[in-house]
Amino acid sequence: MILRRVLIANRGEIALRIIRTCRRLGIEAVLAASDADLDSIPARLADRVVRLGPAPPSASYLDVDAVLTAAKTAGADAIHPGYGFLSENQRLARACTEAGIVFIGPTVEQLASVGDKLEARRHAVAAGLPVVPGGALEDTADAARLAAEIGFPLLIKAVGGGGGRGMKQVHDPADLSATVDLAVAEAGAAFGDPRVYLERFVATGRHVEVQLIADGENVVHLGTRDCSVQRRYQKLIEEAPAPALDPALREEMHRAAVALGKHLEYRGLGTVEFLVDVDRGTFYFLEMNARIQVEHPVTEAITGLDLVAEQLAVAEGRSLSFGQADVSFTGHAIECRINAEDWARDFQPSPGTVTEAVWPLGDGIRIDTHLQAGASVPPYYDSLLAKLIVHGRDRADALARLRAALARCAVDGVSTNIPLHQEVLAEAEFAEGGVDTAWFTRFLRDHPAGGSRG
Amino acid sequence: MNLTGEDVQDILRIIDGMEVDRLHLRTGRFELSLCRGDDGAWTQSARTTAEPVLVDDRQVPAVQGVAAADRQTEPAREGLTGVRTPLPGAFYRAPKPGAAPFVEIGDEVTETTVVGIVETMKLMNSVYAEASGTVAEIVLGDGEFAEQGAVLMFIDPLATGVAP
Repeated sequence: MILRRVLIANRGEIALRIIRTCRRLGIEAVLAASDADLDSIPARLADRVVRLGPAPPSASYLDVDAVLTAAKTAGADAIHPGYGFLSENQRLARACTEAGIVFIGPTVEQLASVGDKLEARRHAVAAGLPVVPGGALEDTADAARLAAEIGFPLLIKAVGGGGGRGMKQVHDPADLSATVDLAVAEAGAAFGDPRVYLERFVATGRHVEVQLIADGENVVHLGTRDCSVQRRYQKLIEEAPAPALDPALREEMHRAAVALGKHLEYRGLGTVEFLVDVDRGTFYFLEMNARIQVEHPVTEAITGLDLVAEQLAVAEGRSLSFGQADVSFTGHAIECRINAEDWARDFQPSPGTVTEAVWPLGDGIRIDTHLQAGASVPPYYDSLLAKLIVHGRDRADALARLRAALARCAVDGVSTNIPLHQEVLAEAEFAEGGVDTAWFTRFLRDHPAGGSRG
Repeated sequence: MNLTGEDVQDILRIIDGMEVDRLHLRTGRFELSLCRGDDGAWTQSARTTAEPVLVDDRQVPAVQGVAAADRQTEPAREGLTGVRTPLPGAFYRAPKPGAAPFVEIGDEVTETTVVGIVETMKLMNSVYAEASGTVAEIVLGDGEFAEQGAVLMFIDPLATGVAP
């Protein structure tokens, strides 16, 4: 089918990003906006706006029935969920199918296959991917046997957890039993699911992921992204391709990601996340994200593709218009997430009204943002204000462009983490490339909040 | 007219060779200001002025939090100290749904006692009593929205150290 009218069930920069591609393709973009977003730039630029509900996400962007009603009210033939919110929600995907509306994303079965950590791991193993040594726990005796196989230190993870929640490190075998009991109790209370599993703890790890686009039959990888600069498991800087990676290892990761996509007969955009074990020179499957991701522009920069357009094409039931051999990678791209948070006050969130928003302009610079002077930054949603993406002929060129571009960003009215990005970019270790996931914690320890900024 | 990033880059290329350091474009839908710095690099500042087109004409409801904002002007209670939220957000009385509240009326607190959580931009921020005494009144209900500086509860400082 040909998509004529798409309901965008999201907000902020990703809503605007999807609107732009829809307009370019001649598809009508209808925005489902909460009451807090009715006056936002995405609302002003969408062809039409449907009121979704009150500002709190539970009453609007996370309300499956409200989103479906909005789609029906708008007469939309598809729903694009963006990222976060309902982007991987099986209930919405199923309700769309029942209502004859296209869910722009993978099938309900594929969402189920990768939505549960243990299930995703089972599929990864079946597809021949390496996984972090470990496994599910039935009881504490099981834990001792499994721990002996894996070796210490190890991690106990809640099946229902994610984003760093529900994880415990165990360094001493004597602590194992008590920590497992605690983890089970906490997982039950926090996630309503007491299941936990054990994994080897990788001391020096890098977060490297592979972008896939697939039509249910053909699976094409769009290269690697490195997202190792994270604070509390939230990505801050992403780049493509992943720097300082052994070429053979990179190729192996590409192959592994495609193998998982083929095993799942995957359809849509997906990202296979890997943990690179730097000390062992190997990698493990972590999880698969069945949606467009915040960091997709760095892949767009080096491939020249419009990933939202590809996603829409696949949703229309079309086959991929290109094969692996047609994808080429040019230069290096880096993205900084500009968040409304105050580094000098322990990253305190900073909602409010933006009085000025000035962005750099020039070759190789892209800004994805929903901000403008006078815009409100509501307290209900995440703190992402803008993404600054630069593309250079190589990493050194991209870094130089990024430093210059950051210096020309000016946001007033709310605090931003721009000064933090500037200090990260001044670090020789970061400039060298290939920092691990613990690097940013060390950076913060060595750079007291706002220290050099007076 | 819809300008894409590529369009703006094209405009920039045209004016880049001209003796122009500032350009202001204004249409019925948007305003765009381009400015060339001392180093020759350009910056942009845009404002979309087009009005949103609502699918239906239902009255836009009052902005969430207005009711709670009214309580920001909660009159002072003589002899009591107000505990104010440092950030706007949803006020939670307990660490998680179903758990016991951090404090109840009559509980003794010190400056560092956590009396609640305010969720702002998906982050949970602890609210401290910042006064010693006993909890005399809880103004906001669990999950209610609080504007920045709104009074969440009142502490009776006179009751400090009184044996239960």
